[in-house]
Amino acid sequence: MADTIAFARFEQAVMPHLHAAYNLARWLLRDHHDAEDAVQDAYLRAFRFFDSFDGVDARAWLLAIVRNRCRSVLGQSSRRAEVTEFDEKMHTADDSAPDPESGALRNAEIVSLRTCIDYLPAEYREVVVLRELEQMSYKEISVAVAVPVGTVMSRLARARIRLKDCITARVRGVAR
Amino acid sequence: MTCDAARELISPLLDAELDAAQASEVERHIQTCIACAELQFEYLQLRERVRADAPYYSATEELRAQIDRALRQAASAKERRRAPWGWIALASAAGFAAALVLAFLLGPKMFHSEQAGGDLIAQEVVSSHVRSLMASHLIDVRSSDQHTVKPWFAGKLDFSPKVKDLGPQGYALTGGRLDYLDGRPVAGLVFQRRQHVINLFVWPSTAQSGSRLSTFAITGFNIVHWSEAGLMYWAVSDLNAAELREFAQLYSE
Repeated sequence: MADTIAFARFEQAVMPHLHAAYNLARWLLRDHHDAEDAVQDAYLRAFRFFDSFDGVDARAWLLAIVRNRCRSVLGQSSRRAEVTEFDEKMHTADDSAPDPESGALRNAEIVSLRTCIDYLPAEYREVVVLRELEQMSYKEISVAVAVPVGTVMSRLARARIRLKDCITARVRGVAR
Repeated sequence: MTCDAARELISPLLDAELDAAQASEVERHIQTCIACAELQFEYLQLRERVRADAPYYSATEELRAQIDRALRQAASAKERRRAPWGWIALASAAGFAAALVLAFLLGPKMFHSEQAGGDLIAQEVVSSHVRSLMASHLIDVRSSDQHTVKPWFAGKLDFSPKVKDLGPQGYALTGGRLDYLDGRPVAGLVFQRRQHVINLFVWPSTAQSGSRLSTFAITGFNIVHWSEAGLMYWAVSDLNAAELREFAQLYSE
């Protein structure tokens, strides 16, 4: 009986954040299957350690576990990790010869934004995703990423500068 | 404010993460500095773009189902590991039932009826606790303020329970509700300790004298009972026994 209630409570607190968990994992691992595995693993861990949840912010608590899983996946396969092995093929749209009439230019813009986010180092990418796509506060992000609020602030500022520069560089590349 | 200092703060300004004083200082600087105004504009554009164009990857329904299955499996594996306790509980429940039959046959004189009554109430208290969690009817009046919860009971009950917020000690009052126990309406007070819910049931006691804390455990729930000033208090939770006792101690002080 106690377990049934614990399970119900876990589902109620943690299941609503499945999309957030998958979105973060997908951005960090840049692969659908790896992301699904990491999320499932994170949920099982979360269930096992539900006692350590302080009852305040289930999303940030869960995302901290998801992030740790992704980090260790990236660590295990450091050969394919990060920018060096970044797979350009994943960004399928063709950004040669953009044609504004057909919407291809717009499509190229979307692809280049995604590519630039993917090129960010993981610690910048995660704060951008949590801030802009999850709309989390610095405080919440600091829980999920396990760094002080001041670090969240400076990482986000730096991530934005990089992102901005990357987009500008690609626009020039396309225009050339 | 220098330009360098301001540049650092434009990003948190857009995120509404600066306090009012800092924000107005940065804004004042931006009004006089074209470079910073440009940077702010670029950041704004970037934010709009990211929010509009960066894909939000949603989990599939298959993933949800898969996780749900895995969790249920993990939960039942946990249950199985506890199986011996289940048998012991069943055996003791059977023993308890036999004792009740015996008590009925032999008549009340042979047994300390107060004690048997106490066990029955303890069972009832646990059932009521479980029901309150399952039926999502935990709270009728939601408040962490004892001065809101206490008057709420007036007019609903023929007694006035002691209402005490132990938030500072880590047992936060979250609200109250009416419940029905021992054949009468009772006050149900709800507290939260981490993710554990504590139900505290209060109703008038037949015994005149107060009693000290006594502790029970039934099917994985801990129960602490005491009485004071003509009222009985039953605290029940899946919280560990030591902390529930501490709660009762603090409450009865």
